[in-house]
Amino acid sequence: MPRIQVVPLLEIVRETPTTMTYRFRADLGGQPGQFLMVWIPRYDELPMALSYLGGVKGITVRDYGDATHALAAFTAGDRIGVRGPYGNVFRLEGQSVLAVGGGSGMASMIAAIEAFSQQGARVVTAAGAKNAKELLFVERANAAGEVHIATDDGSRGFHGFVPALADKLLARESFQQVITCGPEKMMYAVVDLARKRGVPIQASLERYMKCGIGICDACSLDDKLVCVDGSIFTGEQLAESEDFGHFRRDKSGRRIPA
Amino acid sequence: MVDLRTEIAGVALRNPTMLASGFLDETGGSMGRVYQAGAGAVVTKSVGPQPREGYPNPTIVELDAGLLNAVGLPNPGVVEYEHEVKRAHAAGAVVIGSVFGKDAQEYAAVAAKMSTYGVKAIELNLSCPHAKGLGTEIAQDASAVRDFTRTVKDVVDVPVFPKLSPNVQDIATFAMAAEEGGADGIVAINTMKAMAITPELKMPSLANKYGGLSGPAIRSIGVRAVYDICEKVHVPVIGVGGVGSGRDALEYIMAGASAVQIGTAILSRGLGVFDEVVKEMASLLEEAGFHSVPEAIGVAHA
Repeated sequence: MPRIQVVPLLEIVRETPTTMTYRFRADLGGQPGQFLMVWIPRYDELPMALSYLGGVKGITVRDYGDATHALAAFTAGDRIGVRGPYGNVFRLEGQSVLAVGGGSGMASMIAAIEAFSQQGARVVTAAGAKNAKELLFVERANAAGEVHIATDDGSRGFHGFVPALADKLLARESFQQVITCGPEKMMYAVVDLARKRGVPIQASLERYMKCGIGICDACSLDDKLVCVDGSIFTGEQLAESEDFGHFRRDKSGRRIPA
Repeated sequence: MVDLRTEIAGVALRNPTMLASGFLDETGGSMGRVYQAGAGAVVTKSVGPQPREGYPNPTIVELDAGLLNAVGLPNPGVVEYEHEVKRAHAAGAVVIGSVFGKDAQEYAAVAAKMSTYGVKAIELNLSCPHAKGLGTEIAQDASAVRDFTRTVKDVVDVPVFPKLSPNVQDIATFAMAAEEGGADGIVAINTMKAMAITPELKMPSLANKYGGLSGPAIRSIGVRAVYDICEKVHVPVIGVGGVGSGRDALEYIMAGASAVQIGTAILSRGLGVFDEVVKEMASLLEEAGFHSVPEAIGVAHA
């Protein structure tokens, strides 16, 4: 049998002006931090974060290109193809976790935030976005623990970038673990902060993908593949990386500034 | 102990497995990793004169007995690719450069450039089944195979291995044409032209509609092709198509191949596949009373 499942969309939720969640039932597992390859028929197939892991799965994605824009026009009953889940998993290490999310990066972390909380950990979330309207999954994170907010324009919470907020939280409290997902420059700063304080960190990276299954080499990060060796990497791995925070690959495989 | 070292057209290999072109070979980091995982050599992604993005997704479909792909020859272009070959060399890899172009002159220009990067041989991708308007469909024309091979041979000092298509009536004819053109070895086979349809969506599963089928589904076709080719040519043959075990590799060796390439089996067995295939081959050869790989080459023709 082909690995792809064609499923009707059950519900489509606009989370922010630019971010949508698509809910569907599919016969596949899924753990916090994993992703699916999502076929938007006639447009593209893209990696998307699993934001809901239960019986009714959910993927949440920012509308950033032609294919995601086409998907945003889908209505309940329209069908997509899904395959996966792919990638590794956010692992709980210790009893207190700081989750640092930037923009739609919260989509990759929210299932971990909820799961860690259910496993009894104290989870503090630092959620950042351009402005108040772009904040993603704040209510869900709030139900799982404590939430602190940063907006670039100061329209809600701390006026500034989320790494600066994370730095304040790390100074205030001794966390046993940090997890992060968001724009790479942001994660680079957060990884640096956590490592300086000696706190273990896991970061979920994003790269252009074709196969999602570890053969096409489109998503390579140094000698690793984001699709199968990641998408979650440890601070130690990232500290050794030449690419992290600096380079990515374009569709032709050229190494270009991240 | 069976000696697994082998040699093809003067290229010494620590074992007779190679990474097939198109798998984990767009970047030097990945090629180095595959070599360190046990491959005897790595063949690069097919590289052309200019950067090329390839086709939109879906580009890859997993099927029961193989993999269907129409990636569309994405590559950073031969100039940029120097960094990737350097990086693979830094990791110790034996690198074979796969090239393509729109005509014989372009193949030759890319091959000449690639050969300055220190690759041990050039593989000519004459046979990608899903890239229109490029020389990759020339494996349909035996005289073109000869001429392209000769044009490239004239400008490089390293061995040249044309990679042939199974999507022809009689592949041995094409191998003979390649040999006439001066090929130092033949690589067979490329993928089979194929299609998958997603019934729920009433459309082909690949964005490009057509793709190339690889993996176990094409192994017996590849073995037959190598067997036919070895009846007709004297240059060494590198067998490719569905090799995922030592036994599979021995089928190709006994059909006449001097080495095998592995790609799709990375999916089922991981990067350890190279090391595992080599160990399995050694054990099977030993059981059969062989002391080296060359002793077993082509024995099925007896």
